[in-house]
Amino acid sequence: MTAFFQTLGMSYEWAWFVATVCGILLIALPLMLAVAMIIYVDRKIWAAMALRRGPNVVGPFGLLQSFADGLKVFLQETIIPSAANKGLFLIAPVVTFTLALLSWAVIPFNSGAFVSNINIGLLYILAISSLGVYGTIMAGWASNSKYPFFSAMRASAQMISYEVSIGFILITVVLWAGTFNMNDIVWAQKGHVLGIINGFAANPLLFPMWVMFLISSLAETQRAPFDLAEAESELVAGYQTEYSSMAFAAYWLGEYANVLLMCALNATLFWGGWLPPLDIPVLYLVPGFIWFLIKVFGFFFVFSWIKATVPRYRYDQLMRLGWKVFLPVSLLFVVLVSGYLMATGHFQ
Amino acid sequence: MIQTIAFYLFAALTIASAAATILSRNPVHAVLFLILAFFNAAGLMVLTGAEFIAMLLVIVYVGAVAVLFLFVVMMLDIDFAELRAGFVKNFPLGLLVAVVLLAEMVLGIGAYKSGGLVLGTADGTNAAPAGTTNIEAIGALMYSRYLFLFEAAGLILLVAMIGAIVLTHRQRGDTRGQKISKQIARRPDEATVNVKPEVGKGVQL
Repeated sequence: MTAFFQTLGMSYEWAWFVATVCGILLIALPLMLAVAMIIYVDRKIWAAMALRRGPNVVGPFGLLQSFADGLKVFLQETIIPSAANKGLFLIAPVVTFTLALLSWAVIPFNSGAFVSNINIGLLYILAISSLGVYGTIMAGWASNSKYPFFSAMRASAQMISYEVSIGFILITVVLWAGTFNMNDIVWAQKGHVLGIINGFAANPLLFPMWVMFLISSLAETQRAPFDLAEAESELVAGYQTEYSSMAFAAYWLGEYANVLLMCALNATLFWGGWLPPLDIPVLYLVPGFIWFLIKVFGFFFVFSWIKATVPRYRYDQLMRLGWKVFLPVSLLFVVLVSGYLMATGHFQ
Repeated sequence: MIQTIAFYLFAALTIASAAATILSRNPVHAVLFLILAFFNAAGLMVLTGAEFIAMLLVIVYVGAVAVLFLFVVMMLDIDFAELRAGFVKNFPLGLLVAVVLLAEMVLGIGAYKSGGLVLGTADGTNAAPAGTTNIEAIGALMYSRYLFLFEAAGLILLVAMIGAIVLTHRQRGDTRGQKISKQIARRPDEATVNVKPEVGKGVQL
């Protein structure tokens, strides 16, 4: 895109700047639209599994429900508790929302379609997701109220615990792909199994890693069954309890953008990203970003499905799963995968 | 030009947030400013081309260490009057530490300016490896020339970890742990009994 703006008579630096801003808008605006629709889809799937109708009043099939909710929230009054730490209270949702958008910079939507093709893409995503704790913890502390504080403690302990095993899981993928670059990781999955299946998840050594990554991504985004931070029976609404109007909406949008990001990561790292599922020339006629979106929304369906069917974990069970099951198993698989790759001479 | 703007932005924010870390009265604000300083330092590292170190700084310090800091500071009930009471008494010591740190920085920068640092590559030569990324260059050095130092660092960390566990772990006799495998293996017919009590008589458990 930089070259296109250069043909309009801009200097290289300005062309780069304008191209990057356009790239960001091209991702951020559809993403926000997708988040609005995905909230609707989530509610519809959840309703269908509970034999209810779900939102069906605003617009055809209730399609405009999220926009109506958005408008309602926009017109509400922003209430700041008098005992709250005002600055931090207002910054916290902004932090969550911003961080939820930041990671999308390195996700490849198609061969060559990304904002930034940095060679440490996966580390960048890990870094941004490890920052995600702050939005929650700041909200919990700044609200100066019991339940948000408990929730912030839970959420941050949970996110830190699961990041450890996510780190090891990603290392197995990086070992096999030989790169941290997201686009190259996708290319490394071309014809990965038997020369015909695109995707690391079909590999017997990496399939358990994918299952663990899926569960860890549920825990990382605080979706059911790991939604302990907003367990409404114990903590009212968790760290969001004191929030109203747009600040509350920022949390919602950020949360769903994070969920979509985790779906995109599942697709990109284990199911071949924008590659078609099978390495057959005919399938390449369909544009890459359509494959990518199919995979992302497929994973979102799985996320909703789990939310509708699985009861909430207890806190000690959550910690046990993270530290006593996922951590040793993922460590074992790092050893297994690197041993296999050394034995077969993959690195030569 | 964009790089220059970015540099001045990151540098100014680093210094400002570092100053705010010391000056802010609220300890939680101080920790948050410290985190902002870390983050901007990472931005500076990206500008110098050390993106791997920058990401590690964010993942390790901002994402893990600083969160624990924040935990501790939030949980503590800090008495500000008591904190300030020791200021005059500890001031000379603090000054001494500051002078030593300043001297170290001056020495370090002086050594760097005079070309005294030998930044080697895997085979011991001085040239920067061409066409390799940060991670590859660091990995090639770390797992060849500095392998034993690297392993020794790993051992020290392991000892520190075991030490921390031993120091904080205390065995209480009266806890009843949950055995997940036993719970899953339980079947309805072992867990329930079907009884038909006579009218007017209770059930013997």
